[in-house]
Formats: sequence, C-alpha cells, structure tokens
Amino acid sequence: MTTVQEAPPQQGSALSDSLVVTWRNLKRIPRIPELAIFAILQSVMFVLLFAFVFGGAIPLPGGGNYREFLMPGIFAQTLAFAAATTAIGMTDDMAKGLIDRFRSLPMSRSAFLTGRTVSDVVYNLGILIVLMLSGLAVGWRVHEGLARFLAGVGLTLLFAYAMSWVGVWLGMLVPTVEVAQQVAFTAIFPLTFLSNAFVPLQTLPGWLQPVADWNPVSAITAALRELWGNPNPFVTNSFPSEHPILMTLIWTALFIAIFAPLGVRRYRATSR
Amino acid sequence: MSSTAGGSTPAITAEGLTKLYKSRSGEVRALDGLDLVVDEGTVLALLGPNGAGKTTTVRILATLLRPDAGRATVLGYDVVSDAQRLRRVIGLSGQYAAVDENLTGRENLWMFGRLYQVNSPTARARADELLDQFDLSDAGDRPVKTYSGGMRRRLDLASALIGHPRLLFLDEPTTGLDPRSRIGMWEVIRSLVRQGSTLLLTTQYLEEADALANTIAVVDAGKIIARGTADELKSSVGGERVEVVVHDPAQLGAALRLVSDCCLTEATVDEHTRRLTAPAAGGAQQLVAVIRALDDAGIVIDDVGLRRPTLDDVFLSLTGHAAEEREAEAAASEPVAAGRTA
Ligand SMILES: Nc1ncnc2c1ncn2[C@@H]1O[C@H](COP(=O)(O)OP(=O)(O)OP(=O)(O)O)[C@@H](O)[C@H]1O
Ligand SMILES: [Mg+2]
Repeated sequence: MTTVQEAPPQQGSALSDSLVVTWRNLKRIPRIPELAIFAILQSVMFVLLFAFVFGGAIPLPGGGNYREFLMPGIFAQTLAFAAATTAIGMTDDMAKGLIDRFRSLPMSRSAFLTGRTVSDVVYNLGILIVLMLSGLAVGWRVHEGLARFLAGVGLTLLFAYAMSWVGVWLGMLVPTVEVAQQVAFTAIFPLTFLSNAFVPLQTLPGWLQPVADWNPVSAITAALRELWGNPNPFVTNSFPSEHPILMTLIWTALFIAIFAPLGVRRYRATSR
Repeated sequence: MSSTAGGSTPAITAEGLTKLYKSRSGEVRALDGLDLVVDEGTVLALLGPNGAGKTTTVRILATLLRPDAGRATVLGYDVVSDAQRLRRVIGLSGQYAAVDENLTGRENLWMFGRLYQVNSPTARARADELLDQFDLSDAGDRPVKTYSGGMRRRLDLASALIGHPRLLFLDEPTTGLDPRSRIGMWEVIRSLVRQGSTLLLTTQYLEEADALANTIAVVDAGKIIARGTADELKSSVGGERVEVVVHDPAQLGAALRLVSDCCLTEATVDEHTRRLTAPAAGGAQQLVAVIRALDDAGIVIDDVGLRRPTLDDVFLSLTGHAAEEREAEAAASEPVAAGRTA
C-alpha cells in the first residue's frame, strides 16, 4: 500500500509496550493540569488543617513535635489515594472505549496495566515532592541522613505502586468515572483515618487499636517515622508496630500478588 | 456455510456464533448461531437494525469478545485460541472513535503504531503518511479533544490502518458524519479496497452497503437472515413496479381501478402521498400502458415511473420492522421521490 516496508510484526515486548503506555499517560498530565493541581492542593490543605487546626489538640505520648509526626501520615494518606487516581484513569479509558483499541492490538497483555501503574508512580512522585516541600515549610524535618531518607521515599513509592494495582482492578469493576471516584474515596478515607496517620494509636478506642495497628496505612506511616527519625509513639507490643518496614513490604507484596493477576485477568476478559 | 469450495480460502469463517449477555434484567441473546463466510479481498457489509448483533459479531471476530458457542477463524487464525497472532494482521475501527483525546493526532498514530510492534521511525513515517491521506495534516499536532466528530472518526480509521492490516473491521464507519464527510469516508474505504484489503463493515445505511460492499449480509436478532449482492437481494423481493402519483385525491379511486386492471393485480395505495404501486411484469411496456390508460381517463398525474425494489424494501420485507424510523432518526436524508428511481 505504501513505500514503508511491511515489517513482520513481532511478539509484543512487555517492556517497550509498557513504556509506550507510560509515555502516553504521562503526556496527559500537563494537558489536564487541573488534575495534578487539585490533587496537590487537597494534600496541602490536609497539611495545613492538621498542622494548624487539630495539631494543638493532639498530644503525642512521649512528647514530640506534632507536625513532624503528621507529615509521614500525610504522605501515606496521599499515596493511598494512588488507588483512586489509577481507578479513575482506568475507568476513563474503559468508558471512552480506548481499552478496546488497546486490547485489539498485538501488544503484551499486561503492558497496558503496567504502563498505567508505572506512570501513576511517576505522577505520585511529583506530588510527593511538592508535599515534602510544604512539609518543610511547616517545620517537618528528616533526621537520619540521606540513605534513610531515600529508603523512605522508595518505600512510599512502592506502597503507591501496590495501591495502584488495587486501583487497576477497581477501575475495571465500575461503570463510570463518578462511581470509581465514589468507591475509591469511600474505601480509602476510612483506611487512612483508622490508622496512626493523624493520631497516635493510643488515642483510639481499645477495640479499634488492633484494626488500626494492622492497617497498611499505619505500617507505611510508622515505617517512614522510623526511617526519618520523626516521632513514632507505639505501646502495643504487636508485630506490626515493632516491624513497620517489614510490615509495609509484606502488605505491598500481598497487594501486588493479589491485585496484579486479578487486574490482568479482568483486563483480558473485559467486554464492555 | 462451512464449505470453502470455490478456490481461495475465505478470510473469515464463522460457524454458529452465539453470545449471551447476562444483565440484571435477564439474558440477552445477542448472537444466535450466526454463520458467515467472507472471501479474501472482498467487502462484506453486515446490515441490520439496532441491536441486531452487528457490533457483537465484529467484537468477536476482532478478538475482543469470546463467543459462548460456535467458532470463527479470521485469516486462518482461530479468534479465541490464536487471538494474539490474529491481532497482528487485523485493524479495527469500532462503533465509537477510540482515540486518546489528550494526545495529538500524530501522537495517537505513533503510539498505536508502536503498540502494533512497528519500530519508532517507521511508526513516525507511517503517521505522517496517514495524516496526509486522511486530510488531517494541519490538525496533526493539535490534541484530539479539539477535533470535530468527523476528524475523530478519520483518525480512528487511520489508527486502524497503522500496521497495514490485511483485514479491516469497520463498525458503522460513517454514523454521525455529515453527507460530505460520509462521501469522503466512502472514497477512503474504496481506495483501501482497491489496494486489496479485505473488509468487513457494518452499517445501518442501506445505500452505504450498496455503495461499498460486494456482498451484503442482513443480520437480525443475532442471525444472518439473507445474504447476496445488492442486486440479488433486490430481486429476491420481486421485480420492477410501476408507481404513479395522482394529482387530485378525488381521482385516486378511479386511478386505482385503471392501474390494477393494467397490471392484473390489485395496486397498493398510499392515500397520504396519493401514490399507487403495482408490480410491472411487462416492464416499460406496462408503464406505457398505464400512462395511456390514465391519460385517456383524464386523470392528472404528478409523477410516474418504473421502480426497482430498493434495499429499503429488502430490509423491510426481511426484518419485518420499520426501517423508515431508523432512517428518519439516523439522517435527514431527502424524501424519496417516487418514480424517479427508474
Ligand atoms: N455489554 C452488554 N451487556 C448487555 N447486553 C448487551 C451488551 N452489548 C450488547 N448487548 C445487547 O446485545 C444485542 C446486540 O447488540 P449489538 O451491539 O451487537 O447490536 P448492533 O447490531 O451493533 O446495534 P447498533 O446498530 O445499535 O449498534 C442488543 O440487544 C444489546 O442490547
Ligand atoms: Mg453496533
């Protein structure tokens, strides 16, 4: 038909296909800047609300600066919402029929989802950086050196990546972007508040404490506090409280192990 | 339908395709044992009313949906077990344009090219070529959200062509296009056919099937209920008819008697349009006889002519429900002038 030679189509390469999808998802961020701007504003608002409104009313057992205590919680909360970001992106592509085009192409079967989760991690890294700057502005500091700081950042992104896989699966279950938004927020808000993100576990009613203790958001929050030398009050002699980093790794591995295959299966079977 | 006798192997064979959709309100049998054969290098139009199962058929053949029963092969690949290999040789332009609104036209084409496993420079060159071919060069660097419906549709078709597919599925390629864009799209499709692509397109527009396809398969309620060339389908509902539009409604009764006598069959009357229709077994001679008889009786006629059955007639008589309704809502096509279609 043309002068371009007919290259024999090769096996879809998972890596290069994922990169193309990642590229595509990142391209759209500056083209709908409102999305990123409001995501950042929302988190900055949380920083300000908790630092200035509630902060004074929440004493930390064993003392310590509330704002230093707060910031890891804010990071954890924001990145838990990675699930919502991803779910909304997935539902949007489904609703617009774009997924059909991707599914009709000879590309690697998981690349569309890998590309989505990877680009969302990049997006979340951007948001994390802005949040850290606003944290610095209200008095949050890292006390344990560069290596442990970077370890904390890496752990946060890993957590975001795992949450994105939950979002992938969720995004394909629901019919519209509005529903995706509702479902994700309804699920994630309690997850972030039934945790040690904003208040020390000790202030929760006794029966709630183990729930909050085993909450993955608590794990990542406590892990960051431990890594960065921020106040990390815990009393319970429980496994999650004593091994928050290990616990975060377990949770993220579990999420990815469960939701990545579920998501890929759903993607292959999806028929909307 | 399973026989492949007659030389070349068919590009598409489907046998007994069945698809059930389960929903809260029960089950919908979207396909009910659909059989189909399309020869390589030909154009087949799936023609059918809303909900007939056209999109479902296309989605199964394009590997997006698994049939609940039956089997299909496309270009020799089984659509279920060989799906991934099949995807390398087909292109799909679905019923609704599936392009990324936030990317430019050029970026969309490059991306789909890459995912079609074309290397980056080739994909870039191919994108330029397609933008040119589809008259989108000027808009190529604008985000697609600024495109009109027709431009999106063209970009969607271009995206389907990015990997030089041997077989192309087009689901209602001109729905929502204005008459000019529709003719433009027809031109594009015709040029693809000239280059030897095999094409399966669905349409609700009878004249579109007539204009583009070698073979028309009429689908209704999940089955193929008729198949043939446009001419074959037309002759299946009978031969030519004579049509007369009487000027004065008061003369309608007299005209009816005369026409019925001439044609040896009771003519049908449409009081509203004052139109009489009767089978004209004798062709032009019969027409002359009718005109003479009416003229002798002093009946003034506005219009008269010999008319072959249109695909509309075929469609109506086959599917048994009103094609007019759909036509009316689908497009503001000009009213059919009786007798003009000689
Ligand atoms: N995802 C779905 N869930 C439930 N029912 C469906 C689904 N998709 C299609 N159907 C039903 O299956 C039948 C066939 O639908 P299909 O989309 O194939 O028709 P179509 O011929 O393409 O119609 P149209 O001309 O309106 O595009 C319809 O009754 C439709 O309601
Ligand atoms: Mg359809």
